[in-house]
Amino acid sequence: MSSSASRPQVVKRSWLICLTLVVLSVLASLLIGAGDVSPGRSAQALWSGADSEARFIVMELRWPRTLLGAMVGMALGAAGVILQSATRNPLAEPGLLGVSAGASFAVVLAISLGSSAATLNLGVAVAGALAGCFLVLLVTQLRGIGSDPVRLILVGAAFTSMLMAISTLILLSDQRSADEMRFWVIGALAGRPTETAYSSAPGVLLGLLLMLPLIRPLAALALGERVATGLGHHPQLTRMSALVCVAILVGTATAAAGPIAFVGLIVPFVARRLVGPDIRRTLWLSLLIGPIIILFADTISRLVVKPYELPIGVVTAFIGAPILIAVVRGHRLPTL
Amino acid sequence: MSLLSSLLTNRPDHEVSLAAQSLSLGYPAVSIIENLSLHIPPGKVTAIVGPNGCGKSTLLAGLSRLHKPSQGTVVLNGKDINRLPSRQVARELALLPQEASAPEGLTVAELIQFGRQPHQGILRQWSEGDQAIVEAALAVADLTGLADRPLESMSGGQRQRAWIAMAIAQQTPLLLLDEPTSALDLGHQIEVFELIRQLAAVGKTVVMVVHDLSSACRYADHLVAMQAGRIVAEGAPSRIVTPALVEQLYGVKCILLEDPHSGTPIIAGVTRLG
Repeated sequence: MSSSASRPQVVKRSWLICLTLVVLSVLASLLIGAGDVSPGRSAQALWSGADSEARFIVMELRWPRTLLGAMVGMALGAAGVILQSATRNPLAEPGLLGVSAGASFAVVLAISLGSSAATLNLGVAVAGALAGCFLVLLVTQLRGIGSDPVRLILVGAAFTSMLMAISTLILLSDQRSADEMRFWVIGALAGRPTETAYSSAPGVLLGLLLMLPLIRPLAALALGERVATGLGHHPQLTRMSALVCVAILVGTATAAAGPIAFVGLIVPFVARRLVGPDIRRTLWLSLLIGPIIILFADTISRLVVKPYELPIGVVTAFIGAPILIAVVRGHRLPTL
Repeated sequence: MSLLSSLLTNRPDHEVSLAAQSLSLGYPAVSIIENLSLHIPPGKVTAIVGPNGCGKSTLLAGLSRLHKPSQGTVVLNGKDINRLPSRQVARELALLPQEASAPEGLTVAELIQFGRQPHQGILRQWSEGDQAIVEAALAVADLTGLADRPLESMSGGQRQRAWIAMAIAQQTPLLLLDEPTSALDLGHQIEVFELIRQLAAVGKTVVMVVHDLSSACRYADHLVAMQAGRIVAEGAPSRIVTPALVEQLYGVKCILLEDPHSGTPIIAGVTRLG
């Protein structure tokens, strides 16, 4: 943030930049692919049906995938901002704290027990995410861990690896395909059923709606529990409700695209850099930054090992890990 | 001064009362305060003093509904404070905890805006009235030119005045402060205490925990002296502060002088007991 411009100017400029990037990332996601349909052919296919192969690829494969990416980006970005606010921890991230892992573990367990319906997966994933969230809440109440951002993440990482290991074990013993196994461990946007974006929309919308009355209390929580109470809020209730929101958002995203790590870390980090620490500004901006990150990461994932694709979780980890290190190494951790 | 009066409360004729009735506070294993009763004099500055661990901060936390009583009640305007909706309490009583911290990058004006939250709701969003109150609070705390500065870039005294300005913007008849000057040097302490006196001068009721007895004597109208969870003396500083009280509270011998400006007691020549 430049010191010469006032806060409203900075906020306006950030919105313009992000809106531009959303348009660019959507275009990139529609036009660039791992196959041999060139961006030029794809662009023409956007408004002409003459090239039926390109038309099919753009409208039937890339468009639903782009929509799904935007949806997942919004859910994970907002979830990251809310989770960081609720735990007052700039490192908190659903993928690192075991919330995503809880969701995918629950789905894997349900699948191995015979469930296959996608609609059932959604509820199971939200329940798994909720369990992960409350474990986080429990850990933050522990003396010595809750007050130390890095230790909380260490506990979360241990929990995540454990759940991932069990998930892998279940999938292995169940003789699932390598693709399916990879999906529930790293996440992917590729090859999801066309209607996934639409079936996850209600979950994302619900999560965002439930979040509305929490914005002001969460903003006050950044001043500490006692100040928030003094302003008439109920910090404990705020935190619990926030975690329910996070669980709905992350559960929905995970059921749709698997556990994509680091998005919930990257998005709040970028949003804070742009418009400062206040959740009343970062949250709305995160709804743009999330899709930008996911869509660009997804586009990159199609280009690195052409004609194959990387799982998107690999790309987000490449962006997210350096940010994690930067935040930890920062002069002092920003208190939230 | 009219600026200050207009800020004080949106109901100028509003009478406020705060009292503790047979109040006990503590944790499951330890009791800190037992059976304490106290009436806060309206429109005055009350200072709670006493040695470390005497329960003065706990009492303030109890009076401000941060600490739920194990027995007894805190009564705000005739009602049990812990049964009132928290938001309603926040329109009567503003609170400044010790060593409050704000996220990095938060500006003075943004901090003060938080003070309007108890008056906002889903349907009651930010208004011009709120903006006017924030600007008036800035002016009262002498921070007008610094509104857009991040808090961490300011001096300790300025920062503390910004926090008090947030509490002022809450427009409550009552203001509770826990050691508002504990981390400040002498000059900054005076800045903060004089701001508190200004608030009392236009009718705000202030209760503060103060570490330094001489400062408490100088800036408070009413002293509550505590020891081991009990009130051992209560009243105007010049009436209740005696060498015997200082000895009882802190276990030291001293002589008392009179401040040539304010006529309030100054504790001097402090030595350890025999």
